[in-house]
Amino acid sequence: MLQQIVWALSLALMMFVGFGWAYALLKSGRREEDYTPLQKRAYRIRTRLFWLLVALFGTPMVLTLIDLPYDAVRPAIGAGSVQEIRATGYMWRWELSADRIEARRPVEFRVTSGDVNHGFGIYDPDMKIVAQVQAMPGITNTLRHTFDREGVYKIMCLEYCGLAHHNMVAEFTVGTRS
Amino acid sequence: MAKNTYLPAPDHGAKTGVLAYLLTTAAVLLLMMVAGLLMRLEQAQMISIGANGFYQLMTVHGAGMVGIAGIAGAAIMWHFLNQYAALSVRVLVGNLALFVIGVAMVLGSVFVGNFHGAWTFLFPLPGNSLGLWSREAAAWFMGGMLVIGTGFLLLQLDIARAIIAGYGGFARALGWPQLFGRDDGQAPPPTVVASTMVTIVNLIALVVGASILAMMLVNLYHPEFAIDPLLAKAMIYFFGHVFINATIYMAVIAVYEILPRYTRRPWKSNKVFLASWTCSTLMVMFIFPHHLLMDFGFPKWMLVMGHVIGYLNTVPILAVTGYGALMIVFRSGIRWDMGSRLLFLSMFGWAAGAMPAFIDGTIRVNYVMHNTLWVPGHFHTYLLLGLVSMVFGFMYYLGKPARQARDPFIDRAAFWAYLVGSLGFVLAFLYAGKESVARRYAEHLPQWVPYDRVASYFAVLIIAATLVFVARFIGHLAHAGGHHTRATVPFGAVVA
Ligand code: HEM
Ligand SMILES: [Cu+2]
Repeated sequence: MLQQIVWALSLALMMFVGFGWAYALLKSGRREEDYTPLQKRAYRIRTRLFWLLVALFGTPMVLTLIDLPYDAVRPAIGAGSVQEIRATGYMWRWELSADRIEARRPVEFRVTSGDVNHGFGIYDPDMKIVAQVQAMPGITNTLRHTFDREGVYKIMCLEYCGLAHHNMVAEFTVGTRS
Repeated sequence: MAKNTYLPAPDHGAKTGVLAYLLTTAAVLLLMMVAGLLMRLEQAQMISIGANGFYQLMTVHGAGMVGIAGIAGAAIMWHFLNQYAALSVRVLVGNLALFVIGVAMVLGSVFVGNFHGAWTFLFPLPGNSLGLWSREAAAWFMGGMLVIGTGFLLLQLDIARAIIAGYGGFARALGWPQLFGRDDGQAPPPTVVASTMVTIVNLIALVVGASILAMMLVNLYHPEFAIDPLLAKAMIYFFGHVFINATIYMAVIAVYEILPRYTRRPWKSNKVFLASWTCSTLMVMFIFPHHLLMDFGFPKWMLVMGHVIGYLNTVPILAVTGYGALMIVFRSGIRWDMGSRLLFLSMFGWAAGAMPAFIDGTIRVNYVMHNTLWVPGHFHTYLLLGLVSMVFGFMYYLGKPARQARDPFIDRAAFWAYLVGSLGFVLAFLYAGKESVARRYAEHLPQWVPYDRVASYFAVLIIAATLVFVARFIGHLAHAGGHHTRATVPFGAVVA
């Protein structure tokens, strides 16, 4: 799951930063009076660090651009024709044109709002986000997704919209054709 | 090598205006931290103030913290920049006065008018509350923000004037002659370079922010004056992102100025330093589309630009500023006290906070983590451990009675409590983000509540430590204005 990777990666990077600070702290006591040779050495290490950053960050930066979630560039994955579902957010409920979705067949959510900004967040049966898009008045955003896993999914609002924002929940079921 | 010699700089005391900024900061910071704790306790189901109260607190906490971060950053920038360029005390005080008026308007709007449309006032929510707050309440909130923004605009204009008068224009103050030509070692000091960057981006951001506020105020009373919600969102996030980021670029001046005094080593504007600040000037402005990654209708090239700049932006933070702090401390024989400790910690907080930030700016990641608690997780990291540590480091430095003064045990304990509390608090946010917990929810699902409880305990620790910091600053206020040696080692002095 992407979230797990992101969490582990963030922790690792933050710890890496922490080690750098701990190292400088531990070595801060005894003074080397002449700063120049120290600086020269540090700049050499920094050049290496720079290229390490370029490789370490540059690669995922480019690779993650290959599979963008945006409608226009994302092909419909899966078998069969596209299932189109219209979703409109209102303070504080969702209106869905259907609440049953066939698994492994591509879905296109056409998401908009009838009043203020909302966020259309799809939670899987384990309550983990699998996809989201903003629901904005006057704009229809298309979200493409293919559900592999069957079960009850929830839609939760992911853009603050006032008093009952946290209660703006809807449900749909992903299953095989009945 | 003249370039590498450190010339002892005198430790100036703070002007009364700067002290007024810092006292305001201490008071607002503490109050807003308590508001934050109440929010966390509500999510943890340990108190019950209700959703309405939660969202009121959320609105006040967001606006209050962003505003006070600006005030604190401005105090640091003003204090040091004033030693290189003549700034106006009247404008400084005027900004604080407008800030207080604006805060009063915001508080009235929220606690009397029940406005709770969040500090980001996303169009069209302020004018569309389903009857929970009036048009007037929304107008008072946005009017208050406009007043606060106007104060900062005036302050930035005065700073711009002083920089242009003293250095002959922004390009020279950013050190472009040395960056693009031969480095003759005459580039302006880091304080001037940083202040120039902040001034450029803040002037633009404040004008954009004031424009959208004015547009929304007109729309409130004349709905036929239509506003495109996507444009409004882009303008609000451009303003909000630049403004809150500028606060840390102001506050880092404390690190540039004070750590050299402690370590007797120079922090000079060399080519790499100048390049990194010029890049940051551009990047901090063009990164804002990373707030709109889930607006599929926004121009795709801008979204990709937000994604890419998010990665690039970490380079100056990690490889130049953060690394610079490590270099200056390494084998320096630095005297560790509360001031130097907090300033050193602050650079860790900034660098560490940048990690979860740029990862979330990855479009594919944002798709499953946008508007989860991951977001407050990363920004509380660089605000609590970064910005706030800089501010308290500065306060400890100013309040230091003498160079040889030692810190009481309770202060040192508070430092560790602050570090542990902040780390625990932000990790609870980040972990919850990983678990898909939505941000800005007054009520959490049962399985989310344990993280909220853990976070609440850590928040108490932060507040306890902050109380010590604030009490010490107030106790040492009499020293903060004096021109005595705090960190600087005078020529010929024997270093203990
Ligand atoms: C003890 C310290 C703090 C505590 C307990 C705290 C707590 C919180 C909580 C619970 C939230 C709402 C999270 C959610 O979306 O569910 C929040 C949001 C926020 N906090 Fe803090 N916070 C603290 C310090 C700070 C500091 C120092 C700053 C800035 C300098 C800050 C700036 C913000 C901002 C800008 C938001 C976003 C508000 C919004 O979503 O509208 N906080 N904080
Ligand atoms: Cu909502």
